[in-house]
Amino acid sequence: MKSLAVSLLLVLMLGIFVASAAAQEGGPTPHPDEVNAIARNLYCPVCANVPLDVCGTAACAQWRQQIADLLTQGYTEQQIYDYFVQQYGPSVLATPPASGFNWLIYLLPPAVVLLGALFLSRGLLNWKCKPAKRQLAHKKSAKDKYAQHLEDELRARR
Amino acid sequence: MVADLGFFALLTVFLLALYGCAAAAIGIWRRQPAWIGSARMATLLSFPLLTISALALIFSLINLDFNLEYVASVTSRSMPLYLRATALWGGQAGSLLFWSWLLSAFASAVMLRDWRRDRDLQPWVIIVCMVTLGFFLSLILFFENPFLRLWQGVTGTVWTALWQPAGAQPYAPIDGNGLNPLLRHPGMVVHPPLLYLGFVSFVIPFAFAIAALVTGRSDDRWIRLTRRWTLVAWLFLSLGNLVGSRWAYDVLGWGGYWGWDPVEIAAFMPWLTGTAFLHSVMIQEKRGLFKHWNMLLIILTYDLVIFGTFLTRSGVLSSVHAFAQSAIGPLFFLFIASTLIVSLFLLSRRWQQLKSETRMTSLLSREALFLLNNFLFVSILVICFLGVIFPLASEILTGQKVTVGPVYYETATGPLWAALLLLMGVAPLSAWRASTARTLGRAIWKPLLISLAVVLLLLATGMRNPGAILGLWLSAFVFLVTLYEFWRGAKARSSNRGENIVAAFWLLVVRNRRRYGGYIIHLGVVLIAIGVIGIEFFQLETQGSLAVGERLELGGYSMEYVSLAEFQTADGRLVDRAVVNLYKDDQFLRQLYPRRDFYFESQQPMNIPGLYSTIESDVYLRLVDWEPVSAQSATFKVYLNPLVNWVWMGGIVFMVGTLVAAWPERETVEMAAPARFRGRPAEARG
Repeated sequence: MKSLAVSLLLVLMLGIFVASAAAQEGGPTPHPDEVNAIARNLYCPVCANVPLDVCGTAACAQWRQQIADLLTQGYTEQQIYDYFVQQYGPSVLATPPASGFNWLIYLLPPAVVLLGALFLSRGLLNWKCKPAKRQLAHKKSAKDKYAQHLEDELRARR
Repeated sequence: MVADLGFFALLTVFLLALYGCAAAAIGIWRRQPAWIGSARMATLLSFPLLTISALALIFSLINLDFNLEYVASVTSRSMPLYLRATALWGGQAGSLLFWSWLLSAFASAVMLRDWRRDRDLQPWVIIVCMVTLGFFLSLILFFENPFLRLWQGVTGTVWTALWQPAGAQPYAPIDGNGLNPLLRHPGMVVHPPLLYLGFVSFVIPFAFAIAALVTGRSDDRWIRLTRRWTLVAWLFLSLGNLVGSRWAYDVLGWGGYWGWDPVEIAAFMPWLTGTAFLHSVMIQEKRGLFKHWNMLLIILTYDLVIFGTFLTRSGVLSSVHAFAQSAIGPLFFLFIASTLIVSLFLLSRRWQQLKSETRMTSLLSREALFLLNNFLFVSILVICFLGVIFPLASEILTGQKVTVGPVYYETATGPLWAALLLLMGVAPLSAWRASTARTLGRAIWKPLLISLAVVLLLLATGMRNPGAILGLWLSAFVFLVTLYEFWRGAKARSSNRGENIVAAFWLLVVRNRRRYGGYIIHLGVVLIAIGVIGIEFFQLETQGSLAVGERLELGGYSMEYVSLAEFQTADGRLVDRAVVNLYKDDQFLRQLYPRRDFYFESQQPMNIPGLYSTIESDVYLRLVDWEPVSAQSATFKVYLNPLVNWVWMGGIVFMVGTLVAAWPERETVEMAAPARFRGRPAEARG
């Protein structure tokens, strides 16, 4: 009876060990390149403007390890980004999340370029159209040489 | 004693700047040239006095006078002599002094020219230069004085003051904090001076532009007078950006040369408007068009220069470059706003006078294509400006911090850069004034056809990336058009004058330096573009932990971990240096030594990569981590950067082209044009 109890206890302990090991592993250890591919799109809130994949500080090394742990636990890339945003705020993302006020940074550049292009094309067409009329008028008046001379004199005096 | 001399020289220049402005203004008001002559003397005197001030600070830095707060903050006993001297621009106060010293040098140089034909412009040029100098000197004197001393009270409290407070004794720490490790690189010896030279030189064309606006000179005289200044300013700004990129590549250890950091962009923005300006002034000179636009561009460039200095020095945006943070931000902001408002007001007053003298006659003319070029440069500027200020705007308006990283800039500006490359190919073949699709097509078809052969070649070699193919095709197109232009010119000269083709080519360039210097710059840009395409589209990277003797493979290269040594250096670093054997196709190439330097003074690490450079690519090896004590294993990150060295080669060609374009030509003495001819375009004058 006693040996049976010991055997059961051993089996139970073995079961708990195997289960906890399996739970801890969750999946295969990710390759550093997988970690860096995600870390490239994240910024450490402490080291200004340095992407996480190249930051040399100890804090950033811990963050990269955290990404590796999350990958091991089965998190997807998007879930990892969401996790970091939840923990440290949206400034960890390499680009602002497309929502609310942030839409401006996505909409303004094309809008400005398009408006500029519109303005430029109108200006160019106007410029191109006007001289034809002006040159025609100039030709007509050129018939009268005296009037032309007078015009030139007046223009020079202005 | 030396520091006191430096401070009094500084104070005297500040008073001289105020006097110079006042004397010039009185000279204009009373029409008395003697006052203007006096203002000129004040401007000339500013340079030797500021030289004394700068030398006094350099002397204190070299001699480690730790009683000066600035010296204690940027130097240490372990720093070599050359770094102590260049610590002049290693901190905020010193770099503002350096900025002012450069401005005084340029303003003095301008004063030494022959002003007989431009007497009306001179006092206004003095006022603009002296106002700018006075602003920077006021920042130094009242907020960022490099000559402040450290004092210790009876209670042991240490504070800073210019003169000895009652009951305090002079205090000097045993050692200084030392220069920021990032700045302890040979690149940093030349990068800030080049950038500052570029920044400051743009003040001169701006001063002439404002002088022209105030005096109502609607001709292109101010442009002709400042043409060389502008080219030199642009050259320095270009070199400053390029050397800065090389520094980032060598020191920051992130595998690239450009990270779209806000302060990088701050130095890049005046370059964008400056480049647009260089193209646009040609239209005014040739055709009398776009006078408003040129004024606007130089005003923008000037304010972007101040804005760039503001971003670097105010610490308003968090950045690896914003080394110093202080309260001078609002003053910078005020100065930028006031100079912008005053300049735009002056421009609006002269709006009618500055109307174009002729009209554009063809949408395919060179002037139309230059206008398109300006539109593209300004669009890139707007995108960069939005990217820089957006995090700030977001924090102020919504309280939310955000990051605008490289993806935004690359996505938004990429198509515009491609369009600029296309224009670089088309514009040189179009004619001024009248250019039709037929004439342009006739000129373009040969280089276009050959460049398309490059596309076929790329496809045949297996390249399938559409972005890379487009970029390389455009680069080939511009390259061929530029060579074609050289060939056409030399051939025409050879047949007209009976010169052999080599002599014809040489004389073509020598006699038309501006035009062919510009084409050499285009060739440099093509090389830079090829380098950028290489690293942007084909960069490879991998990371791995290696035991001694193990290898990491990437792109045909293989890196074998040999050993790692840890040692201390005399300049206060703990160095961990790995030895790695590099092989290509199993052939040993050389050893690489990636290392990590840890600076004790600042408690800051720095990653210095091991580099193997060829014209084809760079192997860039970075030491990420290692097993302590035994060093039996280490983690490396390796990048294969294809064509990256083309960027630096392009930079050299670029520099040569700018020097050719800016080299003084034997000018024929222009007779003073009668007043009634002023304002006519060059071609109308014949």
